[in-house]
Amino acid sequence: MFSFIIRRLLVAVPTVLALITVSFVLMHAAPGGPFTNERNVPEAVMENIEAKYNLDKPLWQQYFIYVGNVAQGDLGPSFRYKDFTVNELIESSFPRSAYIGAWSFLFVMVFGVGLGVLAALKQNRWPDSTVMTAAMTGVVFPNFVMAPLLVLLFAVTLRWLPAGGWEGGQVEYIVMPIIAMATSYIAQVARITRSSMIETLRSPFIRTARAKGIPRYKIVLRHALKPALIPVVSYLGPAFVGIITGSVIIDQVFSTGGIGQHFVNGAINRDYSLILGITILVGILTIMFNAVVDILYTWLDPRVRY
Amino acid sequence: MLFSDKHAGMGELADTLTDDAYTEGRSLWRDARRRFMQHRAAVASLVVLALLLIFAAFGQHLSPWDNESIDWASLPNLDEDGVPSLASQHYFGLDPIGRDLYQRTVQGSRISLMVGVLGALTAVIIGTLYGAISGYVGGRTDAIMMRTLEVLSAFPFMFLVIVLMAVFGRNVLLIFIAIGAVSWLNMARIVRGQTLSLKRKEYIEAAMAVGVHPILIVLRHIVPNVLGVVIVYATLLVPEMILFESFISFLGLGVSEPYTSWGALISEGADAMWTAPWTLIFPMLMLVLTLFCFNFLGDGLRDALDPKDR
Repeated sequence: MFSFIIRRLLVAVPTVLALITVSFVLMHAAPGGPFTNERNVPEAVMENIEAKYNLDKPLWQQYFIYVGNVAQGDLGPSFRYKDFTVNELIESSFPRSAYIGAWSFLFVMVFGVGLGVLAALKQNRWPDSTVMTAAMTGVVFPNFVMAPLLVLLFAVTLRWLPAGGWEGGQVEYIVMPIIAMATSYIAQVARITRSSMIETLRSPFIRTARAKGIPRYKIVLRHALKPALIPVVSYLGPAFVGIITGSVIIDQVFSTGGIGQHFVNGAINRDYSLILGITILVGILTIMFNAVVDILYTWLDPRVRY
Repeated sequence: MLFSDKHAGMGELADTLTDDAYTEGRSLWRDARRRFMQHRAAVASLVVLALLLIFAAFGQHLSPWDNESIDWASLPNLDEDGVPSLASQHYFGLDPIGRDLYQRTVQGSRISLMVGVLGALTAVIIGTLYGAISGYVGGRTDAIMMRTLEVLSAFPFMFLVIVLMAVFGRNVLLIFIAIGAVSWLNMARIVRGQTLSLKRKEYIEAAMAVGVHPILIVLRHIVPNVLGVVIVYATLLVPEMILFESFISFLGLGVSEPYTSWGALISEGADAMWTAPWTLIFPMLMLVLTLFCFNFLGDGLRDALDPKDR
């Protein structure tokens, strides 16, 4: 187990390095630099700016300087927000995105698994068909459709909730972002849970448990839930990535001041260091999360050994 | 009498044997079609998708406007003159800068559907070949190819594609390639699994025994036999690709003017919805309807073609 975790971490290092390299090369292959829009800057000033951000050095040198700094946790200064470092921008915006993301993730797990189990237990009766119809509908409402739709409904028409903003993460400001983020994933998880629960409930060990006279709720919670969750766990990886990328949309639509807003602005403004920094952060998070999912597997499914 | 009787009997038998309804074969595909036709939602989805395709291809002829010119007469008072109406022949209303939304939607549908289908096709071709080769060759090659896949699936591709868009400008062709090129990973995994089980079949062994070239075995024997599963997942890939493109266009990093797509239209609509909610609703309906249909179609095809669920 321990050696497995170490091995996962060792694989993560080249992956992150590859990620840095690819995005670095892409950013620098771009026509026009981050300062091509500055108005009539004297030659000498331009040289100074470029020297400050190491842009006058050959590309390979810039690359090694950058990788060296990243290894020490320094993502460099932002090219656009001149008084901020990328670290500062991430520190101020990431907690907001993480807050919304964590709540969404919790909702996905609780409602997705809960509704899926409910549907499986009442298979082919009205709770099942209701949940499955809702799930089928939910799947086709991705976050970028759900977000404006919610604003149209609750902010523009009904005027119950503010259309955007953060205000320290008060409930009325984060309700819509969380719903918009979670809907399609709840639907997806409910569908997966239902089918795997139905399959599990048909297996011989459940019949044995029933024959022993164990009450039904105990069978579901103690015996069936764990194996039924295996396919759900394998979907958690993609769902997590989806929630991270989804925050780009959510932060944009609801102006939460989260990390997604910085990413999009950075992409439009060619703020190399900011985009690179966020991509690396997201990459590391994704890789770490996938490792956690793999470890969860060994707990859920004793047949999986590393 | 005896003879003629016998002849009559033979004739009857011959009639029965040549009667198509009686001797109709039950090939894999025929079976699949029968199962598919029983899935009513899937058949209905197929019809709706066909209509959508016709809408995208010929819809522009139904309206006197075009997708670029501005209706100057209605522009000063968009909130009232820009509403969807049959009288003004702006069926879907006007967009925030006074262009006909119906024509823009037709044009956007074309881009979205095209990206969906071509993106899925790219992903399917790369994924099928990668998976089939990895599974068929096996051994160390397989191990290396699968490790590569693992490393790649840890990449946050959405971010990379956005970076790509920001760097090389907004180009429809680039979107096809970028989206397709990063979405083949699951396809490869599925095809590899299927190939591993096919490899042990007698007809593959027979082909190996008579010395058919490995490349030919993969292309002529493995690939056609995994096609059923491939079609199912390709159907589910199309809406994923449409979503991918819409996501990027929603952020303003996808297709560029005068071209548009559902994602770009939804984004414009989201900005204008305070005064002109129809600019959000029509493109949204198109997108949601399409995703609905593709999901049902995928379900139906899975019932029909995926041997696992029979």
